[in-house]
Amino acid sequence: MSAIQKVPNRPLSTYLHKRPTTRLIALLALPMTWLVGVYIISLALLLVTAFWFIDPFTSKVIVGFTIENFVNIFTVPAYFATSIRTLGIAVAVTVVCIAFAIPLGIFMAKLARPWVRNLLAVAITLPLWAGYLVKLLAMRLTFTEEGLVNWLMAPFGINGPGFGIPVTILTLVYLWFPYMALPVFTAIRQLPLNLFDASADLGAKGWATVSRMVLPLITPAIIAGSVFTFSLSLGDYLAARFVGGKTQMIGSIIASNINLNPPVAAAFSMVPIAFVVMYLMIARRTGSLERM
Amino acid sequence: MLRFSRASRFSLMAIVAFVLVFMYAPLSVLILNAFNERQVSAWPIQEWSFKWWVVAFESEEIRAALLNSAIVAFGAMTIAMVLGSLVAFALSRYEFFGKGTVNLLVVLPIALPGVVTGVAFSNTYSNFLTPAGFQIGYFGMIVAHATFCIVMVFNNVFARLKRMNPSLQEASMDLGEGLWGTFRLVTFPQFRTAFAAGALLAFALSFDEVVVTIFTAPPGVTTLPLWILAEMARPNQASVVNVVATVVIVLSLIPVYVSQRLSRTENEK
Repeated sequence: MSAIQKVPNRPLSTYLHKRPTTRLIALLALPMTWLVGVYIISLALLLVTAFWFIDPFTSKVIVGFTIENFVNIFTVPAYFATSIRTLGIAVAVTVVCIAFAIPLGIFMAKLARPWVRNLLAVAITLPLWAGYLVKLLAMRLTFTEEGLVNWLMAPFGINGPGFGIPVTILTLVYLWFPYMALPVFTAIRQLPLNLFDASADLGAKGWATVSRMVLPLITPAIIAGSVFTFSLSLGDYLAARFVGGKTQMIGSIIASNINLNPPVAAAFSMVPIAFVVMYLMIARRTGSLERM
Repeated sequence: MLRFSRASRFSLMAIVAFVLVFMYAPLSVLILNAFNERQVSAWPIQEWSFKWWVVAFESEEIRAALLNSAIVAFGAMTIAMVLGSLVAFALSRYEFFGKGTVNLLVVLPIALPGVVTGVAFSNTYSNFLTPAGFQIGYFGMIVAHATFCIVMVFNNVFARLKRMNPSLQEASMDLGEGLWGTFRLVTFPQFRTAFAAGALLAFALSFDEVVVTIFTAPPGVTTLPLWILAEMARPNQASVVNVVATVVIVLSLIPVYVSQRLSRTENEK
């Protein structure tokens, strides 16, 4: 008779149990191969392509080295103006999103009843999933010549803004607002109540509390939100194409050059990449990345 | 407690109301226009009709596009399920050098603008792979979609794993179960709802993605968003586009709704 149960023989499990590093490598091998091997390499190849040029006669891509594509971003007036315009639009979108997200967040987190808060949280999240193109189409229908806005304004004898930069900004706000509203709301909600009491005890009125206590504390959330509102606006071009009238953005230049002149498209792609990477670094330093 | 004057309270509420109208009015206009009798969408709608729904359902083109969207979304979802869970396990269980970078790598494909991701893939496919004699074709679109879908599965699984009790797995190992058995019998049942929720979100994300698709779809292949885009580029907006757009809204909201339900029931336990 044997009271001792036979220990199952599991060589692989035993082997891995003692070696956490091997386990970690095994876990990360596949995803890192994919993300680095497919994505990062693609981005790197894009950077490489940015230094190539095309033959002016045959328009074939020539493998070589020139920094002209980058120089052109700054020296060709049309390119430079487009970059500045795009930057301006992205900043405007971010500012508008912040301006609406903060009051909304304060109302939801601190003033609304629980069921109103939950309802609003769902109401803000839902459009995120309606789809990019669908929302673009919706804005186009709303602001078109025979659209809702013109119809609403007709009794006052004014015509709506029509397609142009303001509607482009509005559309981008419409597309990316939830990315700002949700982290800001979560951050305000997490502020302990006694901070508000302390602020009130020290004599601060509502708005003073907001600007001097709430705002500094939710800055990481605002940065996390603006990573999306800023970077996604910076690279967008379909909004400009469909509701922007003649507005051109960096994305328009990239998209129209990818087949005609890939090196130029590649060089221009580096502009949003540079901004986004810079932004993500700041976000990581302020601990905002965990909030995404 | 945060106190506001009556006027400030009122203006806060006005802002909230404005935001809600701003977010829902355009979508309502779109959905209502799917029932517009006229060929060209406009507001106000004078005559209502279901005729564009009939047109949409009878269109071969739209059916083919729907099928492509579903295939791509399913492929991307499957790849993202595997890769996203693996990263989630690595990041939730281990401390190691470069952890932040790995996290950044997962987020990067959705943090970078779609046009950059799209152009990067398109450039690799047409300027590197094709000259090297390798035609990636249809699969290229799935690869691109999978890359930005990983983060969806990762986020959901990671959040669940963080909350799970590691001693349950240790107990299972102490009782003699191996790595695979522990995973199958102890770990997986605990995170499978988060796994399914993340997968559904990945499906929804891929299903209505358009910018990356523009650059990676092989010639002649159309997904539902690409079909909408092509129609939008025509001078007069046909009402049938609104039907398709409404269908896209519904088809992406269903997975999101199911995913929310899955996460919620598990959180209440």
